[in-house]
Amino acid sequence: MKFIVAFILTALLSYAAALYFPWWSIAVAAFVVAALVPQKPFKAFLSAFLAVFLLWAILAFIIDANNDHLLSGKISQLLLKVKSSLLMIAITGFVGGLTAGFAALSGSYLRKSN
Amino acid sequence: MPPLGKFLSPQHGFWQNAEPVNKSYNEELSFPGLKDAASVYFDERLVPHVFAQNDDDLYFIQGFLHAKFRLWQMDFQTEAAAGNVSAIIGDKAIQYDREQRRLGMVYAAERAIEETKKDPQTTAAFAAYEKGVNAYISMLTESSLPLEYKLLDDHPRQWTNLKTALLLKMMAKMLSSGTENDLLNTNAKSLFSMDEFKMIYPQVNDSLEPIVPKGTVFEKPGIVPVKPSTADSLYFGKKDTVAYSEVSKPDKNNGSNNWVVAGSKTKSGSPILCNDPHLELSFPSIWYEIQLTSPGNNVYGVSLPGTPFVIIGFNDSIAWGVTNAQRDVKDYYEIKFKDKTKQEYWFNGAWTKAEQRVEHIKVKGGADYLDTVAYTVFGPVMFDESFSNELSHQKNYAIRWVAHDPSNEGGAIYKLNRANNYAEYENAIRTFQCPGQNFVFASKTGDIAIWQQGKFPARWDGQGLFAMPGEDSSYMWQGFIPQQENPHSKNPALGFLHSANERAADSTYPYFIPGNYIIPRGIRIVNRLKEMNGITVEDMMKLQYDYFNVFAEDARSILLKYVKENELDANGKKYVDMVKNWDLQASPNSTGQTVFQTWWDSLEVEIWKDDITRVKPAANWPESQTLMELLKKDSAMKFIDNINTPQKETLFDVVTSAIKKASADLQKEETAGKLEWTKHKDPTIYHLLKTILPFARTGIPVGGNGDIVNAVTKSHGPSWRMIVQLTAQTEAYVVYPGGQVGNPGSKYYDQFVDTWAQGKYYTAWFMKKGEEKDARAKWTMQFKKG
Repeated sequence: MKFIVAFILTALLSYAAALYFPWWSIAVAAFVVAALVPQKPFKAFLSAFLAVFLLWAILAFIIDANNDHLLSGKISQLLLKVKSSLLMIAITGFVGGLTAGFAALSGSYLRKSN
Repeated sequence: MPPLGKFLSPQHGFWQNAEPVNKSYNEELSFPGLKDAASVYFDERLVPHVFAQNDDDLYFIQGFLHAKFRLWQMDFQTEAAAGNVSAIIGDKAIQYDREQRRLGMVYAAERAIEETKKDPQTTAAFAAYEKGVNAYISMLTESSLPLEYKLLDDHPRQWTNLKTALLLKMMAKMLSSGTENDLLNTNAKSLFSMDEFKMIYPQVNDSLEPIVPKGTVFEKPGIVPVKPSTADSLYFGKKDTVAYSEVSKPDKNNGSNNWVVAGSKTKSGSPILCNDPHLELSFPSIWYEIQLTSPGNNVYGVSLPGTPFVIIGFNDSIAWGVTNAQRDVKDYYEIKFKDKTKQEYWFNGAWTKAEQRVEHIKVKGGADYLDTVAYTVFGPVMFDESFSNELSHQKNYAIRWVAHDPSNEGGAIYKLNRANNYAEYENAIRTFQCPGQNFVFASKTGDIAIWQQGKFPARWDGQGLFAMPGEDSSYMWQGFIPQQENPHSKNPALGFLHSANERAADSTYPYFIPGNYIIPRGIRIVNRLKEMNGITVEDMMKLQYDYFNVFAEDARSILLKYVKENELDANGKKYVDMVKNWDLQASPNSTGQTVFQTWWDSLEVEIWKDDITRVKPAANWPESQTLMELLKKDSAMKFIDNINTPQKETLFDVVTSAIKKASADLQKEETAGKLEWTKHKDPTIYHLLKTILPFARTGIPVGGNGDIVNAVTKSHGPSWRMIVQLTAQTEAYVVYPGGQVGNPGSKYYDQFVDTWAQGKYYTAWFMKKGEEKDARAKWTMQFKKG
C-alpha cells in the first residue's frame, strides 16, 4: 500500500513541480515523498524509479506520437547513433527514473537516520 | 553533450521542441510596444501575411516572427559575424573569432549603425524590429527555448540594432570578401611574368557574355586614377611572397542567376523576372518568406532573419532580384611597424600612431582570449606575426575593404520595398554600397532594367591585384567610380537582361574591375533567352532548372579531339565512349557528367599542377573556363608541358594520361555504385551546426553544378527560386530548399526540399485586404497594444 502511495505521490508531485521549477525538481519531489512515506530504502528507490520512469516515458510517448516521431528519431541518431524513437523514450524514462530513485534513496536513509 | 537530465526531461528538454504535427498557429498577443492592432495570416506553408497599420508595428511583428521561427539561427549567425563563437562552443573557435575581429566585422557594423542614424526611417525600422525580437525572447522559458540552445547549453542574447548591422556585414563578407585573391596572386607574381600571369588569370574571358549587353557605349570616365611612378619596381616587379591564409574564406560559388524578359518576348505581353541566389544551403534556410503590408507598402518575397524588410521580391508595381557583383573591393597593404607593440607605423615619411582595438574573446570553459588589432589609415591589420600562422616572415598586412565604409544598405532596401517604378528603383538602390549586387528590375508598366550597384574603387590598371606597399599614400584608392557610371542597362533592344556573376561589362568599360567572375552560366542563359519567344512562366521554370553543361560543350570537343584512344585499355575506352554519347546534361542520373568532370579535373591537374605548385606557399588554381579558352586558341599552349619531365608533353599526351588516371577513380566510383552524377556528388543540406548530421538532408536527388544554370554543388546552390510575371494580377512562383520553421522538431523544418529538388514551385499568395476569410488563410495571429 505504502509502495503505491509513494509511487502515486512521487509521480504527481514530480509532474506538478516540473511545471514551475527546473527539471531536477523531480529529485526534490522523490526525496520529500521518501522522507515522508516510511519504506525500506530499496522499495523507496523502486517506487520513485518506477513513478518517474513511467511519468517521463508516458509524457515523452504522447509528445512523440503527436510529433510523428520526427524529433525523437533525429535525437536518437545524434545521441545513440541509431534511429529509434522507442529507445529514446525508454532512455528518457530511465534517466528520470534513476534521478528520482536515487533521490528517494537519500530521502529514505534520512528518514532512517532520524 | 548537453546536461542529460535537463535535455531529456519531457517538461523541459528536447521533447518540448517536438511540435505536434497538427499544431495550431492561431494566437492572440498583446504588447505595450505596439501602436495599434495588426493581423498576421499564415497560409498552409506557414508564410505569414502581415497587415499592420503603421511601419513601426510592421517591423515589430517581422522581428517577432523571425524570432519565433528562427531565433537561434539569427542569434548564432550574428554572434558568429562578431567573432563570439568561442563563447558558445569553446576554444576550438578561437582562430575563427580572431579572424572575424581582425577583419573588422564589428567595426564595420558599428560604422553602419552610425551612418544609419542619419536616416530616421531605417533607424525607426531597426528599432521596431529590435523590440519585436526582444518581445519574443522575453516570452521564452527553459522549456520553450529553441532546441539548439538546449543542445549547446546556451541562452539567447538580447537583440540589438548592432546585431542587425552585423547580419548585413555577414552578407558583405560572404559576397565581397572572397572575391579577391590578392595574397595568392602576390605569390603567383613572384614566379610568373606579368604576361604569364595575365594569361593564367585573365581579366576578360574571350567567351564572356557581359551583364550590360555588348556594344553598350560607356561615357568618358569621371575619374582617371593615376598609376604611382614606382609601380613597376615596387609593385609589379616585386617578387616576394605571402604565407597568410584566411581561416574561413567565403565560397567563390556564392553567385547567383537573375534575368528579366520584356513583354515583347513573353506570351502574356508582360515582363517576367527570375532570380535564384546561390549560397551555402543550410538548415535553417538563410531566407524566410513573408508578405509585409502597411500603409503605402505591400511587398512579398524573402527576408533575412536578423533584418527587417524584404530583400528579394515584388510589390504591387515592380519586382526585383539580386546576384552578386563578384567584384574585388578588398585590398591588402603591407605595413611597417616601429616595433612589436604596433603602436606606430611608417606612413608618408613619419611614424604614425595606430589605433589599438583590444578584442576580448570570451571562451566557454576557459579564460578570455585577448587579441590586439592595430588600425591604420587603410584599415585593420588583419595579418601579423600572431595571426594566422607562423610562416609570416614578420610581415603585416592591413586591409582596405569597402564593407568598412559607413553605409546604410538597410535604407536602400527600405526604399526598394516601396518603389513603384524605374525612377524610384534607381533612386532606392543608389546608396547600396556593399556587397555590390546586380539588381535586376521589371515593372508593370513594362520597363526592364539592371544595375550593377555598389561602391567600387576606381583603380589604375593592375591596382589591388596584389598586396600593395603601405608606407605612403601613393598606392591608396584615389576615389570611387561615380555611381552613375556603374554598369547598367534599361529596356535593351534584345528584350532581355541577365546576370550570373560574370564581369559586368566587356573590355570597353573604362575602369579596371578585377573580380572572381564565373562565365559559363551567363552564356547559357543568354543563348537560351536569345532564341526564345512567346516566353511563359513554365519556360522560365525550365531555365532555372536547366542542366545543360555549356562549358562541357567546348571542353568535351577538346577532350575527344586529343585523346589517343588506341593507348587506352577497355576501361578507358568505355569511359571515353560515355563522354562521346553524353547528352551534355548534368542531370542527376547522368554518368557522362561524372566521367566528363572527373576527366576534365584530371586534365587540369596534368596541365597546371607542375606550374602552380611551384609557387610557394600557394597560388590560386586557374579557372576551368580559362584553361578551356587557352586550349581552344592554342593546342600547343606553353603550360601543357610538364616541366618536371625531360620530354615535352603535347595536348595529346596530357588528355590521354588524364583519362587514364581518371579511369582508376571512375572505376572505384562505379564499383561503389556512385557513377551517377547525384550519387557521385551527394548533394547535402547541412544544419548550421554542421556536425549534427541527423539535422541534415543528404543524398538529395539533384543534378547541376556550379557553372550550370541549376547551380547545385555538394552543399551549395539556388537558395531561393523566384519567377514573377508582372501581369495586372501579379503571378509569382517560388520555392527554397528549407522550410519556414527553423526547429528540427517541426514538420515544416525541411518542408520545401523535395519540391525544390524536383524543380517545382509554389504559387505565392499575394494576399489582398478583404481576403481574410479566404481558405488559404489557415491560421491567424492577432496582435494588439496592451
